[in-house]
Amino acid sequence: MTEGRIFGINGPVVKVKGSDAFEMQEMVYVGEEELIGEVIGVTSETTIVQVYEETTGLKVGEIVKGTGAPLSITLAPGILSGIFDGIERPLVDIRNLSGAFIARGVKVNHLDERRTWDTVIKVKAGDAVESGDVIAATQETSLIEHRVMIPPGIRGVVEWAAVSGSYTISEVIAKVKTDNGIVDITMKQEWPIKTARPYIKRQAIEKPLVTGQRIIDTMFPLAKGGAAAVPGGFGTGKTMTQHQIAKWCDADIIVYIGCGERGNEMTQVLEEFSELIDPKSNRPLLDRTMLIANTSNMPVAAREASIYTGVTIAEYYRDMGYDVALMADSTSRWAEALREISGRLEEMPAEEGFPAYLASRLSQFYERAGYVTNLNGTEGSVSIIGAVSPQGGDFSEPVTQNTKRFIRCFWALDKSLAYSRHYPAIHWLSSYSEYIDDLTKWYSENVSKDFMEKRGRMMAILQEESSLMEIVKLIGADVLPDSQKVTLEVARAIRLGFLQQNAFHADDTYVPLEKQNKMMDTILLLDDRMKEMVEKGIVFSKIAETGIVEDIIRIKYTIGNNDIEAPFHELQLKINETFDSLAAQRRE
Amino acid sequence: MAIEYMGLSNIQGPLAVIEGVNDSFYEEMVTVTMDDGSKRIGRVIELEGDKAVIQLFEGTSGLSLTNTKTKFMAVPMRLPLSKEMLGRTLDGVGRPIDGLGDYFADEVRDVNGQPINPVSREYPNNFIQTGISSIDCLATLIRGQKLPIFSGDGLPHDSLAVQIARQAKVVDPDDEKGDKFAIVFAAMGVKHDVANYFRKSFEESGVLGKVVMFLNLSNDPVVERIITPRCALTAAEYLAFKHDMHVLVILTDMTSYAEALREVSSSKGEIPSRKGFPGYLYSDLASLYERAGIIKDAKGSVTQVPILTMPNDDITHPIPDLTGYITEGQIVLGRGLSLTGVYPPVSILPSLSRLMKDGIGEGFTREDHPALSNQLFAAYSKVEDAKSLASVIGEDELSALDKKYIAFGKAFDSRFLSQGRNENRTIEETLDLGWELLGMLPKSELDRVSDDILDKYYKPYEE
Repeated sequence: MTEGRIFGINGPVVKVKGSDAFEMQEMVYVGEEELIGEVIGVTSETTIVQVYEETTGLKVGEIVKGTGAPLSITLAPGILSGIFDGIERPLVDIRNLSGAFIARGVKVNHLDERRTWDTVIKVKAGDAVESGDVIAATQETSLIEHRVMIPPGIRGVVEWAAVSGSYTISEVIAKVKTDNGIVDITMKQEWPIKTARPYIKRQAIEKPLVTGQRIIDTMFPLAKGGAAAVPGGFGTGKTMTQHQIAKWCDADIIVYIGCGERGNEMTQVLEEFSELIDPKSNRPLLDRTMLIANTSNMPVAAREASIYTGVTIAEYYRDMGYDVALMADSTSRWAEALREISGRLEEMPAEEGFPAYLASRLSQFYERAGYVTNLNGTEGSVSIIGAVSPQGGDFSEPVTQNTKRFIRCFWALDKSLAYSRHYPAIHWLSSYSEYIDDLTKWYSENVSKDFMEKRGRMMAILQEESSLMEIVKLIGADVLPDSQKVTLEVARAIRLGFLQQNAFHADDTYVPLEKQNKMMDTILLLDDRMKEMVEKGIVFSKIAETGIVEDIIRIKYTIGNNDIEAPFHELQLKINETFDSLAAQRRE
Repeated sequence: MAIEYMGLSNIQGPLAVIEGVNDSFYEEMVTVTMDDGSKRIGRVIELEGDKAVIQLFEGTSGLSLTNTKTKFMAVPMRLPLSKEMLGRTLDGVGRPIDGLGDYFADEVRDVNGQPINPVSREYPNNFIQTGISSIDCLATLIRGQKLPIFSGDGLPHDSLAVQIARQAKVVDPDDEKGDKFAIVFAAMGVKHDVANYFRKSFEESGVLGKVVMFLNLSNDPVVERIITPRCALTAAEYLAFKHDMHVLVILTDMTSYAEALREVSSSKGEIPSRKGFPGYLYSDLASLYERAGIIKDAKGSVTQVPILTMPNDDITHPIPDLTGYITEGQIVLGRGLSLTGVYPPVSILPSLSRLMKDGIGEGFTREDHPALSNQLFAAYSKVEDAKSLASVIGEDELSALDKKYIAFGKAFDSRFLSQGRNENRTIEETLDLGWELLGMLPKSELDRVSDDILDKYYKPYEE
């Protein structure tokens, strides 16, 4: 095994001398406390190691031991509903060993090696198996069946298989005879976090990730297997948006990475998700969720690793045939970790001190999203939603700009909306989704034939409002012609009644697509009828007096999520009656 | 075993380099003894081979390459802790300066602390009544929260912090004497009279015996400032988690702290990021702010109210910007409000408390609180729109509705925001006042409130 001695220490970066046999990205143990580190630079004289724990107390001359393998994590049952640090060490076990504060050099297993799982073995001696084939299954949580697969790179014939029963993750459950001899298969796999897991091929993207958030599902939808960014200054609601999606989206599994963010937020997710009940299955949401918490005061190098750890776990569940949604909050903190390490290495900085390889690292991460055919023939997807925290709320900074190149869905959070407590503060004019074309077919087949056309009409009204507002800001709304006043009024109904959504309201926190569609229909009916009134020469003040707009703005509270057909019918009837009687008065 | 080294090999700004060192460790504490017998302390911030870079907290002036003896203390920077600290005044690195001598240490801790394990945290949801309407109603302070005051030079952030400290009822209902309440005050680079103002105010309100003061004043060594908040938070954690106290930590001024960090970084020759601040400013600030919270199985809590003056009132400056990303909200003071005589001049639109959503409403404050605060924010943002329109076309030309908003805005500034420096409003008073003012607007404008709450609380305003 390779061994060297510490020569220099500067924050999380340690210089090592005494051996030139360390490999790039090799995992090493640093010092007598055996802190975990990774080789990030090799020259003939020194090896540079970044350490995933605090380096206080390290001495020059202490030993550094190589492990001969890149930084890897364990993939096996026991991941879901757990909470881990950036290199997949369970925080609960760390607490049991070191108390309320995280001590250095704590030795814990990635996953519980003693727990037994009721396992159904699905192969028998003589079966031919290939990489990715499911050979056993166990109920990991009440929601998710964990499918044990042949690790990538192994193919052969089953020589021996265990009978169904209780096994730990390290017990051999099958032996496979390959060209290179017999391989023991257990329920666990080790996988290097910086390598993407293999699949057969990528598929076209055509299904939306339904989140129950109107501005997302209707206006700027994200596809399963797609990537989205949520940029916004502090206090604009990035974390809130991520939480809402994690709670309600229709993925099978949620991987939530708290990367350099607040400790209390992770506690909140943990508490809230164990209490919240998934409406579809009546089980706690935590049963389909795994959390990675590398808070802002935890070591910066592990923050860099946490993103890769998360996406590797997401890919592993995708391989079983699940749709996985991954939230990374926040990728800016991850980029800052890159910058910090790069600065300690005295690398030549590019923009704003960020290293020149920022763009390539971001693309490597976002490219691990996708809708694929797995090695075992099933379909699965990884969708990535990355929060971006631009410095000073300015979207022209390097992380936002580089992220925009690798995502196709951009939910721009706006400070002025957040200031007026319009939530979600996703601004309709600066956001976009390039998935609309890919998803039009799905929406017209599954929700409403002309769904995207209707969406287009709403966008046009909002667009027109914004140009009218330029005039209103200068001379007031009173001088506008009635037809334009109608546009402003309908736009107000869209903003308050449709785009604004109350995450704390029992019904409004999640709105099914059918209801979103009906709401859109109702607002557009209002638009049609109001325009018609103006054409008939009815003055705008008369139209406004009817108060019908307020009814429409309150739909989100007055009409529940179930049994929507009748109330919407009634409301539309009321709209028509109101305007019919207005028109009749005019004739008299 | 402590080894002593003669002389230094290099001095640069606040940093000194010694060669030929062996067996030193990263972040080890050192003492440098000068020829005249005076001592300075420092810590190792970089090791390479037999070369150690030392950061000297009291600066390097008077040091030469030959007139010193350096001793490596074989321990990281530590602070002696005891309950006797309450009522004491210490310098920026934790040495008593009130002339009362050393206190008996019950325990000694590394000032860098350790991160709280997220699974050991208790999610904070206990409302703290500060008696200040704008904070209690719109940016509620929660026990265990970190809620900074973003201010500017010349704004009354100090009196606001004092008022919060005096009125904050962080005591338990069963702790009437307030035995479980303590304040840790850390001054970094503030002027003498500001420190005195705090001391006098604590004295007048009779809480001085519950305050630990760490003072690094503006003429004290700059580098010492890097340690001051760490000492203060170590003391706070000790009091909170060992002695079950509810500790309110006031750190002022975080801007001086960050500037000290920049100074050290640039003498080390590090690559700067924005405005010359080091790339790790975020992580460094986080290592302070994240030391607030509540831990499961411990009865105490650490609540932080850091104060920072925004250079040139610019909220996008790296210091307020990065702070806002770490803390759980912010209270922003506005110069315009202050000029029109509003105290406290809390600029409500950019102010925010992230934890309030779970600490207000039924069972915490009152059922109407969430909707009311939402509606006040929405209405106030319309006031701003109406004001900017009025500045173009004149107030007379505004629509009747816009005029109502202008009137509401004026009443809001003068009655809701403004209050006396000793005025302590209960949450009920604050909420009722909010509804009274909303009465100035037509009912149909209140679209953030559900019908039943509206029916119960809304009353049209009568002159």
